[in-house]
Amino acid sequence: MHPLDKLFKTKEKEILSIYFTAGYPTRESTARILELLGRHGADLIEVGLPFSDPLADGPVIQHSSQVALSQGITISEIFDQMKSANVHKPLVLMGYLNPVLQYGFEDFLFDAAAAGACALILPDLPAEVFVANYKSLYEKYNIYPVFLISPQTSDERIHMLDSLSRGFLYAVSSSSTTGKAERFGESQKLWFDRLKALKLKNPVLAGFGIHNHNTLRFVFDHLPGAVVGSAFIKNLDPEQNDYGIPGFMKQLLNT
Amino acid sequence: MNPLYYPDNQGFYGDFGGAFIPEMLYPNIHELQENYLSILESKEFVEQYSKLLTDYVGRPTPLYLAKNLSERYHTNVWLKREDLAHTGSHKINNTVGQVLLAKKLGKNRIIAETGAGQHGVATATVCALMNMECIVFMGETDMKRQAPNVARMKMLGAEVQPATSGSKTLKDATNEAIRYWINHPNDTHYIIGSVVGPHPYPDLVARLQSIISKEITVQLLGLTGRSSPDAVIACVGGGSNAAGAFFHFLKTPDVLLIGAEAAGEGVNTGRTAASLHQGSRGIIHGSMTMLMQDKNGQITEPHSISAGLDYPGIGPLHAQLFVTGKAKYYPITDNEALKAAFLLSRLEGIIPALESAHALAVLDHIHFDPGQHVVINLSGRGDKDLSTFLQNLDNYASVR
Repeated sequence: MHPLDKLFKTKEKEILSIYFTAGYPTRESTARILELLGRHGADLIEVGLPFSDPLADGPVIQHSSQVALSQGITISEIFDQMKSANVHKPLVLMGYLNPVLQYGFEDFLFDAAAAGACALILPDLPAEVFVANYKSLYEKYNIYPVFLISPQTSDERIHMLDSLSRGFLYAVSSSSTTGKAERFGESQKLWFDRLKALKLKNPVLAGFGIHNHNTLRFVFDHLPGAVVGSAFIKNLDPEQNDYGIPGFMKQLLNT
Repeated sequence: MNPLYYPDNQGFYGDFGGAFIPEMLYPNIHELQENYLSILESKEFVEQYSKLLTDYVGRPTPLYLAKNLSERYHTNVWLKREDLAHTGSHKINNTVGQVLLAKKLGKNRIIAETGAGQHGVATATVCALMNMECIVFMGETDMKRQAPNVARMKMLGAEVQPATSGSKTLKDATNEAIRYWINHPNDTHYIIGSVVGPHPYPDLVARLQSIISKEITVQLLGLTGRSSPDAVIACVGGGSNAAGAFFHFLKTPDVLLIGAEAAGEGVNTGRTAASLHQGSRGIIHGSMTMLMQDKNGQITEPHSISAGLDYPGIGPLHAQLFVTGKAKYYPITDNEALKAAFLLSRLEGIIPALESAHALAVLDHIHFDPGQHVVINLSGRGDKDLSTFLQNLDNYASVR
C-alpha cells in the first residue's frame, strides 16, 4: 500500500506534516533532521528542494533556500541524504518546477522514488500541464501528485484539483506566501468549513501560517491535518546536536 | 489587422510562454486571461487609450532622420523618438493601457516592478492621473544607480519598496511584486513592465506597445514613400520596446528585425545578461523561455551596466523569434553601449538611455548600404544615467 494511503487509513485526524528546506542549516543536516522528525511526532515530512527564486515563499524559506544553495546542495545530494536516513514516515518532495525540468522530469521521478519519496508538490506546475505531460509518469513511478488550493480557488476548480491529487490535498490557510504568522480567525473558519462541505475525496491538510500550538489546534479542530514549515525552520538551532527539534515539537504539540 | 505573432490560447509562442504560476495567483491571472482581449478591443477602451496617448503621452513620437549618424554609418538612420514620450520612455504606452484595464476590472491598487525606474515612473505617473494607489518594487542596487527615478516616483506619490534579495535588481523586484500580489489578491492589479511573466502579460504588453511599429509604418510612408524599413533595431531586456517596434513587421519578410541584448562585460565572462546567447530553456516568473541558469536549474545573477536590461530572462516572444531565426539578436557589451551613448550625444544632441544605447551600438556590427533605411527604437532618454556617464566621461572624451 502507498505510504500516504496507509497513513490516512490508520490516522484520520491531527495529522502533522513538517516542511523543511533540505541543505539547511548545514549541507549535511537533511538525514538527521528526517530522523529527528520521525521520532518526535511528525506523521509525514515534506522535504523542500531549494530554489533560487521561490515565488510562493516568504522571507524564512527564501533565506533557508538561499543558504542551502550557497552551501552547494543539489537535488542528487538530497536524494542521497534521504536514502541514508533511518526514517519510516512518508516523505513528500516540495519544490519548484525549473530545477525538476533541468534534472529531467522522468529521471527526477525515478530517482525520487528510489530515494524513498512517495509524493511531489510543485506549486508552479499548472494542473493543465500536469495532465497533458506528466500524469502518466507520476503513475509509472507511484509518486502521488499533490495540488494546492487557496481560499480564492473556485469550488469547481477545487473539485478538479482534488480529483487530480492523490494522498491528500494541500489547502493554503489564507491568500499569502509562506510564513506569515497570523492569528487564525473567522476567515480561516469559513474557508475550512467550506472545504468540509465540499466533501472532497482526499483528506485536506492546511499549511501556510501555522506557527504554534494555537494555530495548529485551530486547524486540527476543522481539518484532518496541518503543515508547519517556516516556524519549524526558524527554530532550527545549528548549535544544538538535535537542532532543538524535540523541544520545538513538544511545544508545538503541547505534549 | 494582419494575423501577427500572437500566442495560442494557453499563451504559448511555439514552445515558449504559458502560465507556470502557483495556485494562489490563478484567480487573478485567469481573470486577466478571460478579459484582456475583450477590454482591449472594446470601443470605450480604444477611444480612452488613444485619446490619452495623444493628449497626455504626446504621441505620435517623431520618426527622426539622424543626419549626422547617417553620414557616419553611410546609411539612413531613423530614430523612433520614444525618449520624447511623457516620462521619457516607451514604458508609458503600457502603463496607460494597463491602468485603464485595471479600472475596468475594478481594482484600486497598482503594483509594479522596475529596473531602470522608467516603468516605475510611468506607472506612478498614470496612477497619479487616475487616482490609484501605487506601490513600486525596485532592487536596492537599482535604487542607487537610478536614484533620479526613485525621486520622481516619490514626487508622484508612489511608494517605492526596496527588494533586498538576490542581486537586488530587476529579477528580485519582480519576485517581490509577485509575492505582494499573492498576499493581496482581491483589490490589486500587477502591471508587469515588459513582455515577460505568465500569459497573458507577454501578449498584453506587446499589444499595448505595438503603437510604436504602427506609427513607424505611417510615418515612414509619409517621409520616404515606403511603409516598411530595411531593418528595425531595438534593445532587449525583457523585450517590451523591441516587441512594440517589431510588431507590425513580424509578418513582413523583408524587414530585418534586430534585438540588442546586454552582454555586460562580455558573453563569456560570467558577468552578462545575454539570456539568449548564454541561456537555456527554463521557467522564470511564470513563463517558459530562455534564461540564464546553472546546470541545477537555479537562476543565475545577471550583470549589465544598464539596470533595465539587467535581467536573466527574456520575453517568450523573443525566445521564439530567436530560435526560429525570425529576428537576430546581438550581444552588446557595457563598453560598446557607453561608447554609442556618447556618440549619439555628441553627433545628434540626444542623450539616450543606457538601454537604448545598446540598440545604437548594433550599427558597429552590421553594415547597411547607403540606400537602406534603418529604424532604431530610441526607447528612452538618458537623464537617469548621467551619473554613470559622468563616471566614464574621461574614457570617452574623444568620442565624436
